[in-house]
Amino acid sequence: MEWLQQLINGISLGSIYALIALGYTMVYGIIKLINFAHGDVFMIGAFIGFLAIARWDLGFFPALLLAMVVCAILGVLIERIAYKRLRNATRIAALITAIGVSLLIEYTTIFFRGAQPEAYPDVISNKTFNFLGAQISMQSIMILSVSIVLMLILQFIVHKTKIGKAMRAVSYDVEAARLMGINVDNTISVTFAIGSALAGAAGVIFGVYYTKIDPLMGIIPGVKAFVAAVLGGIGIIPGAVAGGMVLGVVETVVSALGFSLWRDAAAFVILILILIFRPAGIFGKNTREKV
Amino acid sequence: MSSKKLKRYASVFLASSLVVGVLAGCGSKDEKSSSGKKSSDEIKIGLNLELSGAVASYGSGISKGAKLAIDEINKAGGIDGKKIVPVEIDNKSDAAEATSAAIKLATQEKVVAQVGSATSGNTVAAVQIANKYKMPVIGPSATSETVTVSEKGDLNEFAFRTCFIDPFQGQIAANFALDTIKAKNVAIFADSASDYAKGLAKSFKETVEKNGGKVVAEESYVAKDTDFKSTLTRLKSKKPDFIYIPGYYEEVGLIIKQARAAGIDVPLMGGDGWDSPKMVELAGNDALNKTYFTNHYSAEDPDEKIQKFVEAFKAANSDQAPDAFNALGYDTVYWLKDAIERAGSTDGEKIKDALADTKDLSLVTGNFSVDEKHNPVKTATVLEFKDGKQVFNSKVNP
Repeated sequence: MEWLQQLINGISLGSIYALIALGYTMVYGIIKLINFAHGDVFMIGAFIGFLAIARWDLGFFPALLLAMVVCAILGVLIERIAYKRLRNATRIAALITAIGVSLLIEYTTIFFRGAQPEAYPDVISNKTFNFLGAQISMQSIMILSVSIVLMLILQFIVHKTKIGKAMRAVSYDVEAARLMGINVDNTISVTFAIGSALAGAAGVIFGVYYTKIDPLMGIIPGVKAFVAAVLGGIGIIPGAVAGGMVLGVVETVVSALGFSLWRDAAAFVILILILIFRPAGIFGKNTREKV
Repeated sequence: MSSKKLKRYASVFLASSLVVGVLAGCGSKDEKSSSGKKSSDEIKIGLNLELSGAVASYGSGISKGAKLAIDEINKAGGIDGKKIVPVEIDNKSDAAEATSAAIKLATQEKVVAQVGSATSGNTVAAVQIANKYKMPVIGPSATSETVTVSEKGDLNEFAFRTCFIDPFQGQIAANFALDTIKAKNVAIFADSASDYAKGLAKSFKETVEKNGGKVVAEESYVAKDTDFKSTLTRLKSKKPDFIYIPGYYEEVGLIIKQARAAGIDVPLMGGDGWDSPKMVELAGNDALNKTYFTNHYSAEDPDEKIQKFVEAFKAANSDQAPDAFNALGYDTVYWLKDAIERAGSTDGEKIKDALADTKDLSLVTGNFSVDEKHNPVKTATVLEFKDGKQVFNSKVNP
């Protein structure tokens, strides 16, 4: 049952990509900014979770919550300090600022604690059980269920609450939303808070699942999640989830076929193909740019 | 108008102070280097090591060992009455940084010789500089063949190492797998981004095949990967009874943890890249049972010289037992001391000849002689992890 096992490996990896991709896609959907600092918020989340578990002896769920809260605050701070004043600047200016913020977070972390990696303690039992010949660990199940629950909560917030309605309105047309009395600044801040909280959660989950965390750990998952968001259709929330899962499974299949060195290349080939043939992504409609 | 004048004065003042500053800077620099040349009561040794970055634990290990040796030598009166002064530069585990550190050591600090770096890649990065400025470079743990012999097969005259070379570790691991573990179908999972891991994998494979074993699977990963589950699942389906994983602890720790979780319970083995306290943190005690690695020495070796070193190291480092990097750093300084004494000079050329002529020098990591390729001929040790502790398994002669 090698293939079932590989599918499970792929979905576990994909759910982490999906959680990070959600933040990318939400921010892009609302202010059309690729927030490259997102992968570093993910890293900060992993470190907060590590401190909570290893130093303050908290359990997995309190650590997860703490990381989400700290990352939400960090996300809002980044938006208020770095991006807000650039809202009417060119998109390239905002993009470059995002890269700057990303480097700032990475190297500030290195400045304060050094670049050496840290090992997550085992908070969830590493027990595995046999399912149709595949080894499934408690960790994979936990990770998958936490990811699904978070995505359901997000779906609920976006579609059933007032703030979700405001987010959709701002994403559709900022000016019209403002005329309707929606507080655009607050709505954008809330979007950053939610997206960053999800990245923080992904950081803790990543730490528990893969053990090793370091200050530059956010770069590759961040870029992969960006690919996932583009793959699903950037700005579309279900697209990010689907894109993350597809990317995780594709990478796993590439390794499973014996091309493990081509795994990262596969992710970027997908990005290139999507940009050439279907720039709007799997879930995107090909709409013409508003003028 | 007055503000304009003020501005002009200010700019003149600034410009002149800048010039003075630059001149002063030059002056003090000249003074420094000339005083450095004049002083004959000290011998400067450069330490070009990985004190931060991916393999920081190797570099700082060597640093601790080397400094212990320098302290001991200085307490015993130095080399011919001259005190050793270490000049330490952090190369951040990066080859480009290692090159610039070597240039700085050779041209500004004017050291007698360089100790370091810890990894083969970073040592190779300093070899060109070593040849150019006639500064002997000794890589305490640079195990790749290309450190002392260039790709074309020419000897790098000023490059040396304190450790044995990669092919030797691979051979020992292969013999251990076939003779001690009685494995028949072995698999290899190597870091394709490192010359070190590729060198070990190659000689392991050759020795296994020569002695009647079968390599059923060969997989690779790239340093910095975190997810090995899919490749491990593939490896498992080939049913090997032994897996060789040459690589560095950062990834190997994760690989071992994920392998055990995927239900791979066969013996695993690697090289000295496994030797780090982080290994146990990353992999966990249980996962590490039934894993072995070849190393330069063991702190549990009953040999008298080793036990003396272990005690001295523990006394200097709050009771922490020295690992192989500490031992190699320590040995490198003593080897250099021996060579400087035999050369009777601090001239790079003469020290180089003395290093190359070393015969039966008794050090902590074994008695060694240097062969014509600047490689030490010495013993290797096989260690085993038992409940998170490194346990001495056996000693193998070349």
